Amino acid sequence: MDAIATYALRLGDDSLILGQRLSEWCGHAPALEVDLSLANVALDQVGQATHFLNLAGELEGKGRDGDALAFRRDVMDFTNCLLVEQPNGDFAQTIARQLLFSHYQELLFTALMGSKNATIAAIAAKAVKETSYHATLASDWVVRLGDGTDESKARMVAGLDWMWRFADELFVMDEVDAAAIKAGVGVDKASLRAAWETRIDAVLADATLARPAPRRATTGGRIGRHSEHLGHLLSDMQFLQRAYPGATW
Amino acid sequence: MSAVSAISDTDRIRAILARVPDPEIPAVSVVDLGIVREIAAGTVTITPTYTGCPATIAIEQSIREALDANGFANVAIETTLSPPWSTDWISDKGREDLRAYGIAPPPKGAATASLKNQTAAECPQCGSSNTEELSRFGSTPCKALWRCKACAEPFDRFKCH
Ligand SMILES: [Zn+2]
Repeated sequence: MDAIATYALRLGDDSLILGQRLSEWCGHAPALEVDLSLANVALDQVGQATHFLNLAGELEGKGRDGDALAFRRDVMDFTNCLLVEQPNGDFAQTIARQLLFSHYQELLFTALMGSKNATIAAIAAKAVKETSYHATLASDWVVRLGDGTDESKARMVAGLDWMWRFADELFVMDEVDAAAIKAGVGVDKASLRAAWETRIDAVLADATLARPAPRRATTGGRIGRHSEHLGHLLSDMQFLQRAYPGATW
Repeated sequence: MSAVSAISDTDRIRAILARVPDPEIPAVSVVDLGIVREIAAGTVTITPTYTGCPATIAIEQSIREALDANGFANVAIETTLSPPWSTDWISDKGREDLRAYGIAPPPKGAATASLKNQTAAECPQCGSSNTEELSRFGSTPCKALWRCKACAEPFDRFKCH
């Protein structure tokens, strides 16, 4: 895959893996309202993934579509950031992940609306409206849990503390980003960081929480170096195509 | 094909599609929901409401079946994402159909309104504006769950988008 196809693949993989993770809550969330919310966010992410992965397959030009890329790649071929593959943990940990990711995704898609790749620009313009709902949902819950009981606050702090180490990777740039920017297709992710921090800090202040202590960033997802969690996620998500290759219905 | 028959074909296709219901909200047609973007000779262009809307495939199938059944098997269906669908594209008839079906239609111009400062929904049962949002995410991606404080009935509101 060339840099532009890889760029689309990364966007798709982030959405796909987060969508799959969130769907694990379906039927298990602490309240019906939450169950519906997380299922809807998952659905939006999978919808984005379908568009981005179909595009990546088209750009690659080897006859792979979004389904082939989602269900017939092995773990080292996935290019999602490590944040989205983190286990759901308790509800607070899930919400912490969503807070960090949805604000990033909303800023990213806003910037990508100006992409010279018309398909990426169209997907971003469509998805950014949904992403703003996700960011609002996560922010509201961080405030509710953080400014709640001692128990909910302790869990929110622990969830943020775990997820924080994966935030740096969202803004890391490499040669794929450089090539995509040069082509007018990609955006400078590092430049989104200040706005992202402003948003996160505002939510944390509302939630009477402090920013987690800085720590060494954990990265590697973009080049296929994943935590062991992703393999388990894929064995579930790809079960059918692994057991019955090429199955359709 | 002469220009005259091309125009009448477009009108005929529009009339056919105006009877194709949305699979999740059967009271409203795909035309009134703004899903059908363009009807030109030979092509119908549609756009999904939400990126992850599971009804997207069903909608295309319904339109295909309706076209085939009415002698337009040669008309292609194309999907476009741009410009992105907005609730402002729901027609006045579509809004009335939603209300009659028990779903509060989105206010016009809502696409640009701030999510936090959204106006109160009007209860589709009793018309009261004394209502509150229960959950921003409802039974389908396009709906939020609300409750009327006047008549105590819960209801769906089409999400501003
Ligand atoms: Zn009422």
